[in-house]
Amino acid sequence: MPDRAALLLALLCLAAPAIAGEDAVGPADARRLEHLVLQDCGSCHGLTRKGGLGSPLTPEALAGQDRDLIATVILDGVPNTAMPPWRPLMTEAEAYWIADYLLKDVKK
Amino acid sequence: MTRLAAFLMCSVLAAPGLAQELRATGDMGVVVERATGSVLIVDQSDHAALARVEGFGDLSHASLVFSPDERFAYVFGRDGGLTKLDLLTQKIVGRVVQAGNSIGGAISDDGKLVAVANYEPGGVNIFDADTLEQVAAIPAGGKALGLEDAPGRRFVFSVWDTGETRIVDMSGAEPKVTTLTNIGAEPYDALITDDGRTYIAGLFGEDGLSAIDLWAETPTARRILPHYGRGQQEMPVYKMPHLEGWAKAGDQIVLPAIHHHEVLWIDARTLEETGRTQTHGQPVFAMARPGGRQVWVNFAHPDNDTVQVIDSMTHQIVGEMVPGPAVLHMEFTARGTEAWVSVRDENKVVIYDTTTLKPIGEIAAESPSGIFFTARAHRMGL
Ligand code: HEC
Repeated sequence: MPDRAALLLALLCLAAPAIAGEDAVGPADARRLEHLVLQDCGSCHGLTRKGGLGSPLTPEALAGQDRDLIATVILDGVPNTAMPPWRPLMTEAEAYWIADYLLKDVKK
Repeated sequence: MTRLAAFLMCSVLAAPGLAQELRATGDMGVVVERATGSVLIVDQSDHAALARVEGFGDLSHASLVFSPDERFAYVFGRDGGLTKLDLLTQKIVGRVVQAGNSIGGAISDDGKLVAVANYEPGGVNIFDADTLEQVAAIPAGGKALGLEDAPGRRFVFSVWDTGETRIVDMSGAEPKVTTLTNIGAEPYDALITDDGRTYIAGLFGEDGLSAIDLWAETPTARRILPHYGRGQQEMPVYKMPHLEGWAKAGDQIVLPAIHHHEVLWIDARTLEETGRTQTHGQPVFAMARPGGRQVWVNFAHPDNDTVQVIDSMTHQIVGEMVPGPAVLHMEFTARGTEAWVSVRDENKVVIYDTTTLKPIGEIAAESPSGIFFTARAHRMGL
């Protein structure tokens, strides 16, 4: 029995960083992600996120959308459109960070 | 005697002043600074920036064309801005915001008309190159792109949403529009070869490209390289490739593939495949050095710190450089001796000797993207 408790504890510890979610994104990562959104999402969504080949990503355009949905779109893309899946290049925590960043009125 | 001496001295002193006022534009160029809405006017011979000019609006995905006298640049901004820049006075001499969201433009073969392709609202607007007064609006029913100039005062563009290409003949009093339907699924960009004959649109929605022979009595679209990626796994595209009029390499045309990490070679006349080269990443620009002996390729995120050089006869990679994070564009000097490479995230333009493939100079620039040299004024489709 004590073995099981220990195992559970160990599992919990392992899981902790994942549960922490966006807390896993530190200030240096935040700067990198902000740059990514501006420049690399910007190549399709525009530097000001007013859209291009990709749809606008301004807080107004995304208003009412759920952060889970946005994070899922970022991670898995939109099939049969030009929106690529970013899962190979970022963690879930990073996708959630970007979703929150897009939903909040950061610029102007 | 003293008067003559004084006069002589004066003219000697005055001479440099005069020489400074006279300056030719043939070795000048413009570097787009995408994040700050500014451009650098550069001197190719001196490897130097001459001036920074501000006030161009949103320059993400900006491009430009030159007037036939190589004095003016027409800068196309993402925000629909069309701005006319005087390279000599280093000032903006005209600006209109003609749409909500634009993707590029072209200048007519006679230099009299400037056309802009728009995402929002779709279609192409055409302006007087002198005054920037609008002379025509060509609706498209979708996102217009791949806008090129063609001989005979024509413009050609494609429509992402509908898979159409339109040929706009501006030689008469009214625009004459010919629409080719079903050229392929989701054209994303296009080029016209430097003889003004072949318009090639890249397709996002299918493996393959679409070619139109503009010399034909009745131009029709023909699929080329259909299903070129068959059997291979499709890879995500983090940045759309670009097609530009630097595609002719000897008797071949070189094209970036999409969804696959390779460049494609076709025979310039038959448009049949002549080979493929596996590359470091998803190619963005595949540009033939003037003369066509080699092709330089840069790549989409996350492989965008690298440039590869491919021999156009053997299709082998003969050089690989790592200029730095986010290589966005390359431009050759008119005879191909140097290549200037913009490195966005290190705020610099690196100048390479195209023979040794070694860097020979550098210019500081804010988030540089497109580099454009004035020699483009005299080439079709640029
Ligand atoms: C190669 C082009 C391209 C790139 C790069 C790109 N996107 Fe997209 N994105 C699209 C397109 C096209 C759509 C619209 C898909 C559709 O038709 O539903 C889209 C849609 C989206 C949506 C859904 C918008 C809505 O209104 O529901 C989100 C969110 C999004 N992108 C986020 C991002 C983020 C974040 C990045 C950078 C990490 C990014 N995109 C990079 C092309 C791109």
